[in-house]
Amino acid sequence: MDASVDRIARPWGSRTPYGRHEPWPTRVDTFLEEGVDQRAVQRWVQAASILHSDGDAMDIAVMDGRMVGVRGRALDRVNHGRLGPKDLFGWQANASADRLTRPLVRRDGRLVECDWDTAMERITGRSRELLDERGPGSIGFYTTGQLYLEEYYTLAVLARAGIGTNHLDGNTRLCTSTAAEALKESFGCDGQPGSYDDIDHADVIALFGHNIAETQPVQWMRILDRLEGADPPRLVCVDPRPTQVARRAAVHLAPRVGTNVALLNALLHEIIRTDRVDHHYIEAHTVGFDELASRVKDCTPDWAAGICDVPAARIGEAAEILGTADRLLSTVLQGVYQSHQATAAAVQINNLHLIRGMLGRPGAGILQMNGQPTAQNTRECGANGDLPGFRNWQNDSHVADLAKVWNVEPETIPHYAPPTHAMQMFRYAEQGSIRMLWISGTNPAVSLPELSRIRSILSQERLFVVVQDLFLTETAQLADVVLPAATWGEKTGTFTNADRTVHLSDKAVDPPGEARPDLDIFLDYAARMDFRDKDGGPLITWRDPQSAFEAWKRCSAGRPCDYTGLTYDRLRGGTGIQWPCNAEAPDGTGRLYTDGIDRAHPDVCESYGKDLVTGATQEVVEYRSLNPDGKAMIKAAGYLPPHEAPDDEYPFQLTTGRTLYHFHTRTKTGRAPQLNAAAPDVWVEAAGSDAAGLGLKEGDLVEVTTPRGAVRGRLRVTDIRPGLLFVPFHYGYWDTKAGHAPDGDTPARAANETTVTDWDPVSKQPLFKTAAAALRRVEHADGNTAPAPTTTASAPNRTDAVPATTGGPSALAAQSADAGRDHRKEGTA
Amino acid sequence: MNGVDLVLRALHHGEQHLAKELTTVAERHRTDHEVHHVATDLAHWSREHAQRLADTGQDRGPHLGNPPTDHSPGLLSAMREKAAQALGHRPEPALLLLRDLRDLHLAAAQNSLYWEMLAQAAQATRDDDLLALVSACHPQTLRQMRWTNTMIKNLSPQVLSSL
Ligand code: SF4
Repeated sequence: MDASVDRIARPWGSRTPYGRHEPWPTRVDTFLEEGVDQRAVQRWVQAASILHSDGDAMDIAVMDGRMVGVRGRALDRVNHGRLGPKDLFGWQANASADRLTRPLVRRDGRLVECDWDTAMERITGRSRELLDERGPGSIGFYTTGQLYLEEYYTLAVLARAGIGTNHLDGNTRLCTSTAAEALKESFGCDGQPGSYDDIDHADVIALFGHNIAETQPVQWMRILDRLEGADPPRLVCVDPRPTQVARRAAVHLAPRVGTNVALLNALLHEIIRTDRVDHHYIEAHTVGFDELASRVKDCTPDWAAGICDVPAARIGEAAEILGTADRLLSTVLQGVYQSHQATAAAVQINNLHLIRGMLGRPGAGILQMNGQPTAQNTRECGANGDLPGFRNWQNDSHVADLAKVWNVEPETIPHYAPPTHAMQMFRYAEQGSIRMLWISGTNPAVSLPELSRIRSILSQERLFVVVQDLFLTETAQLADVVLPAATWGEKTGTFTNADRTVHLSDKAVDPPGEARPDLDIFLDYAARMDFRDKDGGPLITWRDPQSAFEAWKRCSAGRPCDYTGLTYDRLRGGTGIQWPCNAEAPDGTGRLYTDGIDRAHPDVCESYGKDLVTGATQEVVEYRSLNPDGKAMIKAAGYLPPHEAPDDEYPFQLTTGRTLYHFHTRTKTGRAPQLNAAAPDVWVEAAGSDAAGLGLKEGDLVEVTTPRGAVRGRLRVTDIRPGLLFVPFHYGYWDTKAGHAPDGDTPARAANETTVTDWDPVSKQPLFKTAAAALRRVEHADGNTAPAPTTTASAPNRTDAVPATTGGPSALAAQSADAGRDHRKEGTA
Repeated sequence: MNGVDLVLRALHHGEQHLAKELTTVAERHRTDHEVHHVATDLAHWSREHAQRLADTGQDRGPHLGNPPTDHSPGLLSAMREKAAQALGHRPEPALLLLRDLRDLHLAAAQNSLYWEMLAQAAQATRDDDLLALVSACHPQTLRQMRWTNTMIKNLSPQVLSSL
């Protein structure tokens, strides 16, 4: 293994091959600021990554009160010491000169600095006015997937029981709400069934719309290491782009976007036709198999081939691999979740596992992934459109139980309808029934669909917008009050990754200026609003991260996401621990459903389910009659054509997505020099044949237009499926002259100028992957090339066309296989 | 013409009517995006039902007339869309939406009752073809009803308490 590696040019570092059922070897990655020697580091402070949902455990190097680098934690079950490029370089953004250091309020149309009292009084004053005049339904909270558990929980209590509003959601709605919904539909309850450790044991890994090489780079390293070891797994990849995963796959299916349900139904058809199903498992643990069998009876590979535009034979091959797997691990992400019929498709992947009995054993698992690092916590804490602790809003005894935990009357907690989802909150704001929107840690002016609409909503006079963030983001520029927040490394708290592993992240350095932890801001607001419980005592009784964590433990007690066995002390020093962790499972729980399905009973389940096409909620009576014993539910779904199809005017399909070197609206990754240089600006990908057809070449400045708007970027010609265009999302305007929106000098560069306002009716997750678009040249390349990385799915189809993406000396990170460090505990598997 | 034919005729009319209403509501509430898209999808179900009823009618004698085949949005619907966009920033359309959802619900409920009648008649006369038709279509009508009901339930608290 090389001692140091350019981690921009070689994002996944060196290989440490291992065989099936063996433990993944340790490799410790370290990156320190230039000129800093390991031995000079004064303190290493424990943390975990919040730049993706892997939850990579790391230590922050501190010298003279500032961060000088990071190192992977060898002991941790998630990453065994490894770090991805975003982990290695992203921390540098914390020290950016343009961090917000003082609150701002809008005066005479301009944001001006003020003190905390002034800013908070403005917010509480407006809150009280609105509560008096228009009631709790006029106030909404839109949070993120990047705060800590303690913060979400506090926000959930103050919003639901303090204000009494039903309008609280996270931007995890854009990333992970389909994962949660699919798990609820199939298993009655949220919670990842599988574990990352399943990668060590699987003989087939199927990645559905999941470009894991770029979204969870460390777990891709794990797969790469298995591919190089003894008895490697076979990969099945469903993705319209030529991702690194696709390049390594035994079978790569590149369907037309918006057709996932048709493809999955054909795969299920083949598996049922060839009787590669586990009848015993189906009988013992599921309901609904017969309906599935009859629904997919006519969904032959030939039928699907016509819809998906993939060869029928290839579908057959994929079905053969999935059907003969001994231990099958499936992972799912945005290619499914942000696409047409999102939940219906994700549920079909659960069905695949249920009918094959592929659950609850090492290597046999499902990872319905998260996009955001702390998405799981918004779900647990009820900051995402659910009630805290996976309680069922339709179940009065669950609500009563929650009311007991909070010492309020059950009527205080709105539960007459499901908690309002983000897209509907913006609609209410547009119509004027929501008059105050408090946005914490997210940037809807770049991340929501159809940006001109979002900007027009946020800039309405009658809407009072509070933004709490690190920087003057595009959204903050439209706010009435801006609160400077502390972030990762500057505050303490816990968070949970996609496979239920809880990590503690400690404060390493002080936040800049007067910036404060989000928890302190929420507590301050609650205190100023003087929220009370039913006995007149304070509603919120905690004052710091640890007491907030203890309060959350009481709320989680006895619930599926039981944290009662965890403490800050237990989380310090060792590895992260997977919930549920309680008296029965003191070391945490590696896999759910090891002895069958146990959370779907009508009295226990988090949701009674929804109609997979209409999103209509089911009532308890229906649920009881369909699933009296609380088994897993196999739910069939018919294919529906996407809502926007190409035509003469818009002949292409357009898909958008994240790439390896950037994360959520680039507020941090755009300020980390190595990451920014690797992918500095937006680009447009098209297939060789399409480019040739239009006479376009690599590097041409092109414009992509949809009925909503247009973006401009340089063209990258790749092996993407013909007929499809790709634009990376989350490039915005903060680093352009215009500030928060395109203007005369700044052409539109945010992909979401063009995306459609449409969402999955079941999970309410917006669709970012199914628009119809036109493509035209604006300017010849003139020697330019697209600013797209060559190391990833955006690699050019002609290798001589573009200089390779490298990071140079500033991107060198150390890696060591120090066996002495390899004393981590084995997973609970 | 016997009683079953009468019901077939009424239901055929009802499904055509619902398809049209769903399409109209979809256009009128284009800025309520979920309503717009789901109503458009659900209109397909009713159109398909009407078609199958027409086919059944053909086999049995009474001619129900084919459902209109041209679904391209005409001038009228273009105007409705524009109106929806212009009103997008105002609260009144929310109230209108509740009223429209109620009407859709009632139209679907009426169809559902007709399906029920057909099912009963089919059982009494051991008409397997008719029974197959009902069991293919009626569940979708029920789903249309559940959808309108859910939307009304979810939207009412905000709409009615904020005026
Ligand atoms: S890139 Fe954006 S949409 Fe995707 S997972 Fe991250 S935050 Fe969510």
